[in-house]
Amino acid sequence: MKTPVSHMLLVLLAAFIGSFGGVFLKSGAGALRQGWIYLVVSREPPFFNWKLASGVALFLLSSYFFVLGIRPPGELSVLYPMISLGYIFTLLWARIFFKEPLTRMKFVGLFLIVLGVFFVGLGSK
Amino acid sequence: MSATVTESAQISEKPARRQPVALVFCCTILGAAAQVLMKTGANHMTGPGLLGMLTNLPLMAGYCLYGISTLLLVVALKDGELSLLYPVIALTYVWVTVLSFALFHDSFNPWKLLGIVFIVSGVAVLGKGGKR
Repeated sequence: MKTPVSHMLLVLLAAFIGSFGGVFLKSGAGALRQGWIYLVVSREPPFFNWKLASGVALFLLSSYFFVLGIRPPGELSVLYPMISLGYIFTLLWARIFFKEPLTRMKFVGLFLIVLGVFFVGLGSK
Repeated sequence: MSATVTESAQISEKPARRQPVALVFCCTILGAAAQVLMKTGANHMTGPGLLGMLTNLPLMAGYCLYGISTLLLVVALKDGELSLLYPVIALTYVWVTVLSFALFHDSFNPWKLLGIVFIVSGVAVLGKGGKR
């Protein structure tokens, strides 16, 4: 069996959308400091925590494309490493949107994780 | 790895940055349990209908756990760095691989073991990095 390019693109799309899901969850999470209720509502219009809601929606959308992508004949050994590309995107967004420092530890940790996901995929034939 | 987590739970004077990693750690265990429940539910699925899904207890329990796991992630992200916490979610693969071997008798091989070792050490590095 060979993984069609369309399935690879679906999983890449899922990873891309998921990485933005993380960004929205993070930007919506700050409101929690004012109390648990602000998980849902907001003081400013539109009076609900739309950032958090968008984050959850993006995660759901991401898992939809992911499931489409890993359907047969998609092979996990090829597709798993592509999900971990989402972690690299996230590193970029965290830098751009939240000005988070990119330390060497983060690069080393991320590299090990991407490699690990690659091997788990390799073993999942 | 587990030593890092228990340590952060004990030292309450400086919870600043390790706590979020511990939260995401719990979030991945819940997420893996959710996936296992959903797989169990999918195995017992009678038809593709919505009613069949809604009355499928393991499937619904799986969705609930996913919800709780996302909630934990949000709490972690409130104080933690996105660039540090997001890759830690990869720990889910470790639990799913181990659980699906134990429960569904999926294959286990050296590649998967190697993958697990790399993911765990990557998470350990990120956990340590969050200290500073």
